[in-house]
Amino acid sequence: MTDIYSAFSHGKAFIPFLTCGDPDLATTAEAVREAAKNGADLIELGIPFSDPTAEGPVIQGANLRALRGGVTTDKIFGLVSDLRRDVSVPLVFMTYSNVVFSYGADRFFSRCEEVGINGVILPDLPFEEKEEFSPFAKAHGVSLISLIAPTSQNRVAAIAQEAEGFLYLVSSLGVTGVRKEITTDLTGTVASIKANASVPCAIGFGISTPEQARAMASLADGVIVGSAVVRLFEKYGKDAPKQVGAYVAEMKRAISDL
Amino acid sequence: MTNPNGRFGSYGGQYIPETLMNAVIELEEAYNRLKTDPDFTRELSRLLREYAGRPSLLYYAEKMTADLGGAKIYLKREDLNHTGAHKINNVLGQALLAKKMGKTRLIAETGAGQHGVATATAAALMGMECVVFMGEEDTKRQALNVYRMRLLGAEVVAVKTGTATLKDAVSEAMREWTSRIADTHYCLGSVMGPHPFPTIVRDFQSVISKEIKSQLLEKEGRLPDAVLACVGGGSNAIGSFYDFIDDKSVRLIGCEAAGRGIDTAETAATVNTGSVGIFHGMKSYFCQDEYGQIAPVYSISAGLDYPGVGPEHAYLHDIGRAEYYPVTDEEAVCAFEYLSRTEGIIPAIESAHAVAYGRKLAPELGRDKIIVITVSGRGDKDCAAIARYRGEDIYD
Repeated sequence: MTDIYSAFSHGKAFIPFLTCGDPDLATTAEAVREAAKNGADLIELGIPFSDPTAEGPVIQGANLRALRGGVTTDKIFGLVSDLRRDVSVPLVFMTYSNVVFSYGADRFFSRCEEVGINGVILPDLPFEEKEEFSPFAKAHGVSLISLIAPTSQNRVAAIAQEAEGFLYLVSSLGVTGVRKEITTDLTGTVASIKANASVPCAIGFGISTPEQARAMASLADGVIVGSAVVRLFEKYGKDAPKQVGAYVAEMKRAISDL
Repeated sequence: MTNPNGRFGSYGGQYIPETLMNAVIELEEAYNRLKTDPDFTRELSRLLREYAGRPSLLYYAEKMTADLGGAKIYLKREDLNHTGAHKINNVLGQALLAKKMGKTRLIAETGAGQHGVATATAAALMGMECVVFMGEEDTKRQALNVYRMRLLGAEVVAVKTGTATLKDAVSEAMREWTSRIADTHYCLGSVMGPHPFPTIVRDFQSVISKEIKSQLLEKEGRLPDAVLACVGGGSNAIGSFYDFIDDKSVRLIGCEAAGRGIDTAETAATVNTGSVGIFHGMKSYFCQDEYGQIAPVYSISAGLDYPGVGPEHAYLHDIGRAEYYPVTDEEAVCAFEYLSRTEGIIPAIESAHAVAYGRKLAPELGRDKIIVITVSGRGDKDCAAIARYRGEDIYD
């Protein structure tokens, strides 16, 4: 099986996010294959949650569409298991603590290991609470990925020192969603991360254009794009996979010479 | 009862985005510094006395007692506070705290509108900006309170996501806080959310039980046998219970909104029908499905229409110190009408849930027993909705 580090071994990493089951799991599977084929270095798979408090309107909408379509955590494990027959890029889940907790932490991470999930991102699990799941993630060889925000300041060093997989640097205040410009000065935060972490660092939140991707990728080891990808599903539904492939290719190209 | 990690047993915690962590840490430090600061406590006491009208009365409901023929019933009249509910106790404390922290803007969620009105009131009083998030469904159920908040200078944002009720208002207020932290305090209205909110809100509401204890000692020379309060997130309940937790002879009874019944999906009785989960920053009981998706709960009462309960209630339930019973819409409406006719007191539909259980409990206890029911708010805001429930076509 691949590991997360390999995602950062061919230049700057491009990491798209999509919500599983939006509009259905067959479309998700096709989109993941398109993204991988067109240069995605790692793919974030969202397990939908009814009340995603860290998400803006676009990803909230995707969560609700997916849940209305009847997707469940078990069906998503099934999807990953199927994808792993031919998709080798690292895959990480992004979901909320209650999805993992209600499934049973040991059972959840054991299934992750079984189907080939490399990491899990939980935006509502800060450093102080990671012991809730960290022992189970470790036991099953799954990275529990930490986030650092523009407000983290004195917390950066401690979070970075214990980081696994990669560090997810949140570009701006607020929730996920496309932003016209990213005004936060991330240089100091990135320097502090680099001084303390042994894992790569990718920047996410608000990135949608090739120019933004270039600017952010020049600071860090990779960029994460969520809402801009999810908007393609909102707009094209079952026809989204081809669009996703083209978008991934364009974004990867924009950061490939850095 | 808060342990050093902000836990009540295994409940509570801080399950929130990293973006908010320094904000809650800063809040906890400020609160720990100010809660024993003589200037702060003096100013808060003055506001509670001169502005909110405390202490609230402990009223002997003589006609209700005679009618039910059992335990002697006292009503703790939080409905007589300025703004008409217990919410002002917490809001004055938090607004003062926020002001001392240098914040100039308050944001809040509201269900029935009582916490929103209280926050808008405190913001007006202290010259702060105010934005209140309210589920769109609730802005319709409680249109008068929306007007009241605007009159007080607050902006009211109608939240259209999810079920467009209290839970969605909380989610949206949390989202807003992550986007604007430096000048903004999230004035959370119940004993829920991430630490330190459940502790701060409980401390500010515990004035209710402190007063009940001293007022009843004065009137009867003893402690009550039971204290009853309605529970949504649970702030008036924990406020009514807190000073009695170590008095083991006092039964602590929380009355949950059963909606159309706990055997239906249209219920908000979290302790009775929910399971342990992690949501809105805390580990506690939630109404949810087997995959942890939060359930779309229902109650006639917008203030109790919430799928979770404060972590200290989850703990008091587990250790058997407090009891939680479901009360249906129909029972609450009957109690709303009953208290109006019997005592000339129109309770909030939320509080009517506690009155309803009191009507069941009092006759089961001897005449030598004493129960206290907290009337957490007044019912003027509910009249149009209850009239409609009874088939009268009126709108406020």
